[in-house]
Amino acid sequence: MKKLTKYFAVATLALLGTAAANAQGRSGLRINEVMVANENSIVDDYGEKHAWIELFNSNFSPMEISSIYITNDPARPTLYPVPLGDVNTEIPTRQHVVFFADGEPNKGTFHTNFVLVPGQDNWIGIYDADGKTLIDEVTIPASLLVDNTWARTEDGGAEWSVRDGSENAYITPSGANIIKDTNNKIENFSRLDENGFGMTIMAMCIVFSALLILCLCFYGIGEINKGVSKLNKLRAHGVAPDEAAVHHATHDSGEEIAAIVMALNQHLNAHDTENTILTIKKMKRAYSPWSSKIYGLREIPRK
Amino acid sequence: MSFGDFLLSNLHQFWELTGFANAQAGNFVMLAVGLFFIWLAIKKNFEPMLLVPIGFGILIGNVPFNASAGLEIGIYEEGSVLNILYNGVSAGWYPPLIFLGIGAMTDFSALIANPKLMLIGAAAQFGIFGAYMVALAIGFAPDQAGAIAIIGGADGPTAIFLSSKLAPNLMGAIAVSAYSYMALVPVIQPPLMKLFTTKKERLIKMKPARAVSQNEKIIFPIVGMLLTCFVVPSGLPLLGMLFFGNLLRECGVTTRLAKTASNALTDIVTILLGMTVGASTQASQFLTPQTIFIFFLGFMAFIIASSSGVLFVKLFNLVLPKDKKINPLIGNAGVSAVPMSARISNDLGLKYDPSNYLLMHAMGPNVAGVIGSAVAAGVLLGFLA
Repeated sequence: MKKLTKYFAVATLALLGTAAANAQGRSGLRINEVMVANENSIVDDYGEKHAWIELFNSNFSPMEISSIYITNDPARPTLYPVPLGDVNTEIPTRQHVVFFADGEPNKGTFHTNFVLVPGQDNWIGIYDADGKTLIDEVTIPASLLVDNTWARTEDGGAEWSVRDGSENAYITPSGANIIKDTNNKIENFSRLDENGFGMTIMAMCIVFSALLILCLCFYGIGEINKGVSKLNKLRAHGVAPDEAAVHHATHDSGEEIAAIVMALNQHLNAHDTENTILTIKKMKRAYSPWSSKIYGLREIPRK
Repeated sequence: MSFGDFLLSNLHQFWELTGFANAQAGNFVMLAVGLFFIWLAIKKNFEPMLLVPIGFGILIGNVPFNASAGLEIGIYEEGSVLNILYNGVSAGWYPPLIFLGIGAMTDFSALIANPKLMLIGAAAQFGIFGAYMVALAIGFAPDQAGAIAIIGGADGPTAIFLSSKLAPNLMGAIAVSAYSYMALVPVIQPPLMKLFTTKKERLIKMKPARAVSQNEKIIFPIVGMLLTCFVVPSGLPLLGMLFFGNLLRECGVTTRLAKTASNALTDIVTILLGMTVGASTQASQFLTPQTIFIFFLGFMAFIIASSSGVLFVKLFNLVLPKDKKINPLIGNAGVSAVPMSARISNDLGLKYDPSNYLLMHAMGPNVAGVIGSAVAAGVLLGFLA
């Protein structure tokens, strides 16, 4: 049984470890914005314009993406492996990286060996290092115009939309899809709750509810515990629970028994046999200035 | 250049690096504040474990130096030793470690035996939100107001944790203010307790709490963590560590871990936290009109928190049966200055009736205050971050 428990504990730990590894893994990688026909957008390190694919690390920790696969063909999931050994393949927390889909992988890590074709649907997928686990996929509609992008409305969000570079639909390669210049929450509180009454009422309700739930919970647990300990006491006295009422009526409480014993003790003036031998043993300690408290340099002064 | 000129020029350069050449009036003001804290701690015995590190930290942080020399010695200079130690404050990981220690030190029996005392801990949090309203009225932005208002929770680590998230630029002033008022609890609270209670109320004797079984003590941190964190997940770093520390203490099989958490670990983090918080009060950053407002708001928050705890008990007594009335002198303990405010309840209770020991009863709202202020911090963080 003990052995079984041990194996169970090890298996649970392994399971938890796997879960933790996955939680921090590449499942948080997202295709975030894609441009298929690039005439006036960004240029690569060689000054050339190509289709580009922006990936986003939605985790709250850096993510290493070397050895994942990017592909535009569902039948060939391992089409472009992101090379190993490039320090730039670690995407910082909640940041972006852009790959140029130019079909020229020899130009560097961020140049894929496939191209995106304007005027037709373009499917893009990213697979984990095993080449089987699909991390994310998207189909870019054929209707996407030149210099427009197909992008998530918010970084890592579920909704996609066309962006044409206008004021409310800006194109943001390597940047957040929503540029926040203010904190909406603070703005709303400043505007709608100038005096703080709203915050006070909401927050005090939450604080009270949290502690009230805890309070009620422990009233319940306390009552259960009282019942259980009462039952245990009865069991210890060899009384069945259904005889408890009768037992309670015929037995005196602990206090009553103690009072009777005290009264008897006083009346009979009874004493136990008491041991009155006192022993004093001399302790010998070898003297050394290092152990002397008088010379102790390390002694901490006390008030 | 002659040899004499060379020596003179070097000595001149050295002079420009010294504290004497870089000193400004603000530095001396802050050095005086640091010395005052140390004096309070040693002579008056006001929270010495906190005020000695903070006071000396203020001295360290206010030794003037030439910041443009790039010596990497200032607490705000990236990569300096003090800056590395300060990371625990700025990134907010010292406070949860302190909470681990608090959990490992605290006996929640009084609270488990009489769960209704938790509500006093909740009521005292009104100090936080009362101060929030006053801060908004003075002109602080909501996030800054929230960070300042948490001083009313009378919980230094919580104040540091929240201000590091909501208003990092005000953290030094908020932390020093919170710890100062915590040290001054024996001065601030008794007059308020007397003001809001009648002599008859101060003489109320409460029934001794029932004995709490070990099972209940083990269940408390588990259920407490799950319930409070399900309601306010943003309180997870503080509440999670608080209840984890308490489980280490109560489960009976991790005595070594509980001892380390409550002694060595807490001591180490207290030293680092106090010293770096003190050092973060560089005159140039600290001596601003905002700091005066923060100290004023902190004072307001303490007054509102202590008063609302006492007044809530009076209100609560209206609905409680005659034999279960609560002595309102334990209402002040709803602020989480553990165990100082509970001791004050006890001392004041004994003053009016030498046989009325309120300490264990006051410990209930006191530890509920710790939970309540962490929940309140979680709420503010959730709403404003």
